[in-house]
Amino acid sequence: MAPLPLQIINLCAALMLLLSFAMLSQRRVLTLVDLFALQGLVLSISIGVVAWNTGQPHLYYSAGLTFVLKVVALPLILHRLIRRLDARWESETLLNIPTTLMAGLLLVMFSFALAQPISELATTLTRGTLGIALAVVMLAFLMMITRRKAVTQVVGFLAMENGLFFAATSATYGMPMVVELGVALDVLVGTVILGIFFFHIREQFDSLDLSHMESLKED
Amino acid sequence: MALLILLGMPLAGALLLGLLGERRWAPELNVLASAGTFAASGWLTWRVISDGPMLVWNQQFFMDPFNVFLVALTALVGFTTALFSRPYMRIEEHHGRVNRRRLRLYHSMYQLFMFSMLLALTTNNMGILWVAMEGATLATVLLVSLYRTPASIEAAWKYFILCGVGISQALFGTILLYFAASKLLGSEGSSALLWTHLDQIRGQLDPTVLSIAFVFLLVGYGTKVGLAPLHNWLPDAHAEGPTPVSAMLSGLLLNVALYAVVRCKVLVEGSVHSSLAGNLMMGFGLLSVLLAAFLLWRQKDIKRLFAYSSIEHMGIATFAFGMGGPVANFAALLHMTVHSLTKSSIFFTVGHAAQNAGTQTMDKIRGLVTISPTVGWGLMLGTLAILGMPPFGVFASEFLILITAMHEHPWTTPILLLGLGVAFGAIFSRVQAMVFGETNLQRLPHPPVLLPVFAHLALVLMLGLYIPPHLAAWYREAARLIG
Repeated sequence: MAPLPLQIINLCAALMLLLSFAMLSQRRVLTLVDLFALQGLVLSISIGVVAWNTGQPHLYYSAGLTFVLKVVALPLILHRLIRRLDARWESETLLNIPTTLMAGLLLVMFSFALAQPISELATTLTRGTLGIALAVVMLAFLMMITRRKAVTQVVGFLAMENGLFFAATSATYGMPMVVELGVALDVLVGTVILGIFFFHIREQFDSLDLSHMESLKED
Repeated sequence: MALLILLGMPLAGALLLGLLGERRWAPELNVLASAGTFAASGWLTWRVISDGPMLVWNQQFFMDPFNVFLVALTALVGFTTALFSRPYMRIEEHHGRVNRRRLRLYHSMYQLFMFSMLLALTTNNMGILWVAMEGATLATVLLVSLYRTPASIEAAWKYFILCGVGISQALFGTILLYFAASKLLGSEGSSALLWTHLDQIRGQLDPTVLSIAFVFLLVGYGTKVGLAPLHNWLPDAHAEGPTPVSAMLSGLLLNVALYAVVRCKVLVEGSVHSSLAGNLMMGFGLLSVLLAAFLLWRQKDIKRLFAYSSIEHMGIATFAFGMGGPVANFAALLHMTVHSLTKSSIFFTVGHAAQNAGTQTMDKIRGLVTISPTVGWGLMLGTLAILGMPPFGVFASEFLILITAMHEHPWTTPILLLGLGVAFGAIFSRVQAMVFGETNLQRLPHPPVLLPVFAHLALVLMLGLYIPPHLAAWYREAARLIG
């Protein structure tokens, strides 16, 4: 029987993966943002548990930072944007969900295979979850490839960042504080810039559908 | 101290221009800040040459011949580009393509871009390197979409998403690197991410983890270098952004990204006792050269044409770094220098030509020598230089790379030669038609900015004919460091 903190972390990892799949199959934009916020919550809980278990103070900050950024700030910004852009009922129409999910399964297998040799070297309590972290990154990547809406691509981008933070926690108990702060700043600024972009895109193309953007192709 | 000024100057410039950028003298302030940065870089270079490598501020920053040379190059091109941008953006404002508010954004982001590149070059922390690279993307993405045309917004979106995804892979690579190192150096503080520390223990780092990390790092930073097949964002961003931005992206950002790849390669080579890292870089490099050379034929837009040429040249430099060894590294460093000088001077002349013609379509630009002999000849000379004609510096570096390739990997020589030949045909025929012949354009209504163009070309010419012993010693030292 594994110790309790480990069980909680494994549970969190499983939830992260599950939420990734849920995001992959979710058509509606608004629900997608909520799922993203939920994933951020699970992430910050798991970082918190690791912090509690290892007693590393900087992980507490990291957990707090994740909570503020991923559960409060970013979903709030995205919700406001969606409301302002009146994109609440937007959904993807051209999406073959079963095929995407199958591709997602293959990606998970690939990630586990890739993470296997690394996990074996790790001494951290949480090493088993590295494969899941990589899978979350890969699934977010897949989501960005298959989607054609601007907002969904951004959520995919942010979900990828979630996976990366999870990887940092599970492999090494988090990156140094200065780096984590820098990364968080980049993510925040990036989201704000993307928000500005939504308006430009709407102004120019009358829609947030990226399939209108096809003029720059090699012919 | 010099470092403080070097980093403080563009940061202060960005803040000040963000606040006061709508004033009439904002472009002058931009030039002034860039000149200050350039002066600081000169001072710093002199210090490093006389006192040797230095580690400052809790070892968070460090300078060795390899990065200080790129710092000097970055500050120089940043300064000359600011000189070019001052009148150029005024004319754009005149044509109504930008307004004062956008110019404020432009100038502020210009300085922020300089800051993040200099930070990426001088930092010793691999994590901060990543943050600065991402910061450079964020600063330029709004510059690419400055004109707010549908095409420029599309280009900026593509740039953001592709580079964002790419650089996320690099973050994963950095995490793995940290993971491998923290077992040896402990995870207290940021010691395990400091490049100098990593370099000392690179022989003990776990080879399996480092090989996997390198694949992620190469894909991540390689996206920003514009290596095929991850190059998709590059031609769009170059073609749709304002010309000074194209010059900076091509001449500077690609170099900084390649710098990051090379830093990682040094660590991985030391740990994995095989040529995996080098081979990967050679493969990506060759693919970029070939792909870019053939895509050059299909271009209609002049800035896209030269953007593909940048992919080709970055491919050559990556290939040379991949081969490794003192001669190839020396040649690659020289190639980075001459490419960024030549390419930015080409973009300056192209900017004048396209501004005057009101289009970037090559078929509509004819007879540049008649409308302005200096712009016409500047473009012609720049093109000859970038195509590797002697006596320019690009010839020297490409020659060295080809010789080394023949020695060490003979099978790559025909591929490289094919790429260079195809690129020559594609670019030369287009540019010749644009420079000479009947013209349909008005005479240039304003004097072109020639100082940056000819200063760059003169430097490239000098590097082709004669590399001053100081500079040669410096390159050799840097090449030795890369190993």
